[in-house]
Amino acid sequence: MHFEFDIEAGDFSKVGFASSQLKKIMKQLVGAHKIVKRIVVALYEAEVNVVAHAYSGKVIIDIDTEKVVIKVEDEGPGIPDVQLAMQEGYSTASEKVREMGFGAGMGLSNIKNNSDKFQIETQVGIGTSLKIVSYLKAQ
Amino acid sequence: MEQKFFHHALKIQKEQCIGCSHCMNICPTEAIRVKDGKAELFENRCIDCGECFRVCPVGAIIIEQDDFNKIFQYKYRVALLPAVLIGQFPEDIRTSQIYSVLKDLGFTDVYEAEHGVDILQESMISYTEKSENKPLISAFCPAVVRLIQVRFPALVDHIISLHPPLDIAALYYKQKLISQGINESEIGIFYVTPCASKIAAVKSPVGEEKSSITGVINMDFIFNKVYKSIRRGEYSDSININKERLTPEGTMWSLTNGEADKMNGRCLAIDGVHNVMDFLERIENEEIKDVDFLELRACDESCAGGVLTTQNRFLTVERLKKRAQHYEDARIEKTKKDIFNYQTYLNESLSLGKIKPRSMMKLDESMTEAMKKMRRVKEIMKFLPDVDCGACGAPNCQALAEDIVQERAAINHCIFVQKVFEKKGIIDWEQSHEIMKNIWGDEKFDRK
Repeated sequence: MHFEFDIEAGDFSKVGFASSQLKKIMKQLVGAHKIVKRIVVALYEAEVNVVAHAYSGKVIIDIDTEKVVIKVEDEGPGIPDVQLAMQEGYSTASEKVREMGFGAGMGLSNIKNNSDKFQIETQVGIGTSLKIVSYLKAQ
Repeated sequence: MEQKFFHHALKIQKEQCIGCSHCMNICPTEAIRVKDGKAELFENRCIDCGECFRVCPVGAIIIEQDDFNKIFQYKYRVALLPAVLIGQFPEDIRTSQIYSVLKDLGFTDVYEAEHGVDILQESMISYTEKSENKPLISAFCPAVVRLIQVRFPALVDHIISLHPPLDIAALYYKQKLISQGINESEIGIFYVTPCASKIAAVKSPVGEEKSSITGVINMDFIFNKVYKSIRRGEYSDSININKERLTPEGTMWSLTNGEADKMNGRCLAIDGVHNVMDFLERIENEEIKDVDFLELRACDESCAGGVLTTQNRFLTVERLKKRAQHYEDARIEKTKKDIFNYQTYLNESLSLGKIKPRSMMKLDESMTEAMKKMRRVKEIMKFLPDVDCGACGAPNCQALAEDIVQERAAINHCIFVQKVFEKKGIIDWEQSHEIMKNIWGDEKFDRK
């Protein structure tokens, strides 16, 4: 099954819309499966990244009976040093964003920890795209 | 036939029901539909929060209690009171007057449920220190426990599996009478409940086989009886009341922040079922982190706003606050209370069994089927107007679409779809009239 959601950059009051929608979908498809929480947490973190850093973004979700594939694509500044950005605690968030409780530098590493496969492609000045795969059955 | 998970105290009386759909629109778990002009309940979705009971304009929703005369089947008849019952009465009425009317009514013993807090509080604190499932959620409110089972199954492990104060007080009182040589079969413990969910919790407890409480009596019934007698001066003065007083913690426990104020770490209190649902959504997304303890209550102002209370909830809170201040010194005498003689026994009985998820959200047991159904829901939603008018007898368009794929409704139940079908000649006006009559009953189409 295929779903798409837009992410409005810069508006923190709306962050979490796509992950809430995905959560509803997963609850209807698989109920109390342990995987639901991990997928939702991963997508939520990805949404926060887009809202905080990018100019616009999109979530594309494909679900089949074996796996959930989530792509989060944004148009934005890109990440100059991906390895550095993947480190826990590394953050470029401004003071203002941190005051709102975001930007603790756990984002990308948390997404990776909550997914079975994690791919990141980024181009400075163009944007970033993430691919997160979660398997419904243990591989 | 779907398997029934819960006993429900809330019952819709079909004869009284006028099919107004107020209950359908307020229900937080979308458990109500209108069919043949009457409200219908999906029992496995209902969490006994009582919101429907509050809004019903004709009193068609009742909260089923035990027959009061059932107390006389027992030689020892214990009335277990919530602190909010005392908070219902005006300040010029003394606790001793209330107790004495309760004895006149037939109870042999009167005891306040929140004495159980004295035993529970420490165990709860050490439980929260040991457990890793942060944030931990109190098991105090049975409607919240059921809400989590049904709607937030991933969070069941966060519920603190310790008995609420009510159960501890019941266990204590029963054991106390037994140790006086009384046969257990002669003891009846009756809880005076401020809400429907506590009844459901007694009749089909979560996490244990059988409740230690014998029966439940609705608080509005007791309040009316007691208040009338006191106003008329009809009560005996020979009072021999339990001299033990509730600690300030006990008095405040069932109110908002009653628990959160007493736990360690970062604690939050949230009341009102819709607020609770909104918060649980965020907890599930891990949007809110580093919270240690959550006190969640289905009613606004917690038990002071219980559906079976009769008085204004803010006044009840005010009175209980005053009472707590007045009994400040009860904290010092706390450990002298008799309940502490049973501390070991009570601590051993404190644990609740496993609280299981009861997810009612799944479209189908098989994921392949669920995906098929979800695709159909998506297709059907394209035809529905997104107005959420409820004229189809379901609370919103999404709910109708889901009902259709579950074969509980048809697309022509939608009044907008009917108009389109009429224009296209698929149905005529008589057929659409008939459809609406099947949903809302004949009477609504036969007004003079």
